[in-house]
Amino acid sequence: MREKKEVVPAPAGAATPVASTPWRGLRLGDFERVWIAVLAVLIGMVVGALFVLWSGKNPLVAYQALWQASFANWSSFGEMLVNVTPLIFTGLAIAFAFRAGLFNIGAEGQFIVGQIAAAWAGYAFTGLPAVLHVTLALLAGFLAGALWAAVPAYLKAKRGVHEVINTIMMNYIALYFTHFLVNGVLRGHPYLPVTKEILPTARLFRFLPNALIAESSRVNAGFLVALACALLVYYLMWKTTVGYEIRAVGLNPTAAEYRGISVAKNLILAMLVSGGLAGIGGAVQVLGIQYKFYDIFSFTNYGFDGIAVALIGNNHPAGVLGGALLFGFLARGGTAMQSIAEVPKEIINIIQAAIIIFVAADMMIRRLFRLKRKGVTDGALE
Amino acid sequence: MQMKGIGKVFPGVVANDGIDLEIIPGEIHTLLGENGAGKTTLMNVLYGLYQPDAGEIYLRGRRVAIGDPNVAIALGIGMVHQHFMLIPPFTVAENIVLGDEPRKGRVFIDMKKAIRDVEAISEKYGLKVDPLARVENISVSMQQRVEILKALHRGAEILILDEPTAVLIPQEVRELKMITDNLAAQGKAIIFITHKLKEVMAMSHRITVIRRGKVAGSVNPQETTPAALASMMVGREVLLQVEKGPASPGETLLSVENLEAVNNRKLPALRGISFELRAGEILGIAGVDGNGQSELVEVITGLRKANGGRLQIKGRDMTNKGPRQMAEAGVAHIPEDRQKRGLILDFNVAENLILGSYFKRPFARGINLRYDRVYSHARELIKEFDVRTPHEKTPAKSLSGGNQQKVILAREFDMSPEILVAAQPTRGLDVGAIEFVHHRLVEQRDKGKAILLVSLELDEILSLSDRIAVMYGGKIVGMVDAADADEEELGLMMAGGGQRDEGESAALRGATRNA
Repeated sequence: MREKKEVVPAPAGAATPVASTPWRGLRLGDFERVWIAVLAVLIGMVVGALFVLWSGKNPLVAYQALWQASFANWSSFGEMLVNVTPLIFTGLAIAFAFRAGLFNIGAEGQFIVGQIAAAWAGYAFTGLPAVLHVTLALLAGFLAGALWAAVPAYLKAKRGVHEVINTIMMNYIALYFTHFLVNGVLRGHPYLPVTKEILPTARLFRFLPNALIAESSRVNAGFLVALACALLVYYLMWKTTVGYEIRAVGLNPTAAEYRGISVAKNLILAMLVSGGLAGIGGAVQVLGIQYKFYDIFSFTNYGFDGIAVALIGNNHPAGVLGGALLFGFLARGGTAMQSIAEVPKEIINIIQAAIIIFVAADMMIRRLFRLKRKGVTDGALE
Repeated sequence: MQMKGIGKVFPGVVANDGIDLEIIPGEIHTLLGENGAGKTTLMNVLYGLYQPDAGEIYLRGRRVAIGDPNVAIALGIGMVHQHFMLIPPFTVAENIVLGDEPRKGRVFIDMKKAIRDVEAISEKYGLKVDPLARVENISVSMQQRVEILKALHRGAEILILDEPTAVLIPQEVRELKMITDNLAAQGKAIIFITHKLKEVMAMSHRITVIRRGKVAGSVNPQETTPAALASMMVGREVLLQVEKGPASPGETLLSVENLEAVNNRKLPALRGISFELRAGEILGIAGVDGNGQSELVEVITGLRKANGGRLQIKGRDMTNKGPRQMAEAGVAHIPEDRQKRGLILDFNVAENLILGSYFKRPFARGINLRYDRVYSHARELIKEFDVRTPHEKTPAKSLSGGNQQKVILAREFDMSPEILVAAQPTRGLDVGAIEFVHHRLVEQRDKGKAILLVSLELDEILSLSDRIAVMYGGKIVGMVDAADADEEELGLMMAGGGQRDEGESAALRGATRNA
């Protein structure tokens, strides 16, 4: 279990860097947040190990299988990144909206419409150079996601309707609307509910295609797009006036309004960017992995897992990268654990759930941690 | 009653550090101290809300342990909190007997007996109330009486009054003095918590000053002066009177005519307000809370729409422009709620200091926010305004109230406004910070700014303003020169013109307050 260390990188410099002031209440410094994430992961692993033991198997064997699934060779590592990439996008999307005080449960739907828009742009435009075609298809994904987010954004900003309700409903509309499209106008196969395949010019570059070396993987330039988006989100949120406004609105709309920052404008903007990020995620999935849109019969779950990723990552791009890496790693390792160590895959769900609970309940973890360090004196603190 | 060596430590703060206090029956004993000095903590220890970490409490010579308020009540200790603990739709009698109701059988409340009881104690202590009136319909000073009666009904021998005069106009303060004198004459001990010097001198038999959790001294009012008390409270010499020369008003910068607006509940809050504000003067708006002052400030700063009337800045019509446009037209605003409106508490000090100017040079270049400029700008202002913060990157929520207010002042003055709207700029601040704010406001006036000062503290209005307007029921009911202002007269105007019994005016006041 020692090897889990590198799974959670440090979310560096969040909103307010330096200065927790010890004499005025406890403030969660960034360093402490990283600690909590690491502790949560370790506790999750221990809880998982207990369940493995309970099912009569050896946890060490199980965890070795889990590790091997992602780190045995370049191929497995690449495939892990394939799992990680969409989670980065949806995690970023949710984190971005959250900074404006919005809870975007609709990343799932935005991801789905991003997929179908990119698939369409991937085959409908012909004769374009690859760079342009890929950009265009990514843009199509972005726009579709943003459009999907625009409805709840408008309703929230202008009508005060809570975004959680509307984003959830938009997920279902995305599911059935794409179902309708891929069985209708966009159907590209005589009897399967799929679109036409995208043109080679719209494909994202694969780093480990079979032909070149023995180890192959579907990992592609989409991962780099994800990293670029994380950087962009960081820049936008913490280095520009746009991000300043969005964070101001998210933290205190009354104060933002008082100095002339439009709350409605920033809510809409944040939601559109959020939806766009999830939409690019969907586009990357099509352009890098699937090459066509397959009818989605039940949700992909990338959008929902993105909520947990953003939560673990404290709504910071660096944290989102860490969270996506962790979840991608666990998802990939789950299957391996089942086949090699004969441990039910559901154990992975338990581990994931335990981690989320402990991160969400950071108060609880802090309490536990303090108790260990200082004895029971602080019990009556809050 | 005796408290010996009371100590109470909160994480990081020593709230009480070996406090001794002795109260005798028939005495009105004042605890005087700044916000955060530890007076309320001490009283909460006495009332059983906190357990002391050190020290002992003796009642009539016997040592007692007060585990919770029920024990305190049983021991004859009653407390009237600053924020009343009454149930508005219940009648006066119902509120007074609440928790100790006379019963018929086991389950039924004997309302007739309750009313008789209330009338009896009301008679005995000379606290007139109407037992059948609903609390929501009576005035604040009446509600205070109900609170006192509630404590007496529970058999309180020691009565703690926490900042009882904060919500009262001068005339009502005098009524309260009569009540407390009467109670003391009947052998009750009264502990009176306050930070207002003037009342202390008038109302108490003995004064204990608390500074930083310790007793700074105990004196009789006859043997001391407000200035001496103030320096005891703060630990250094304090200027009680704001030093300011005569105003030299210039051109009219802001004028409003027949301004009308509604409050958050869509009820009329401003009913035709007109005044002019000139450069180089401080216009004070006095009034009891909830008479339209907040709405007036919001309309002037662009945060609330006016439904009627006109607002002009330097002759230009600016009615119903937004907050950004008003700020750009030269209106700075120190909001009454600094934590909700004035600051983004999770932003650091530097980020808060650019809340009004982040989109302008030198901070913004395109969409880029140049944090090096933001931080160097913050360092300058922190120095200039003496903001006590460990770092410009410290979150605003970690600062004390006074320093938070300094951040707001620094930001608003930095906009080089022509008009400054200051809404309750010293609320909740300690004496040192109040001095600072007052000094800066007068300094701005002398620089030729027009200042609109809204305050619930009549003393503050009297000491800072050049002219005073009194608001009542959404109207300006009087406008006087500060030089001719008379506290009595202002008090009457604040109460709605004259009549001070519990007739229509009180009901109206109750209604606007609840709004």
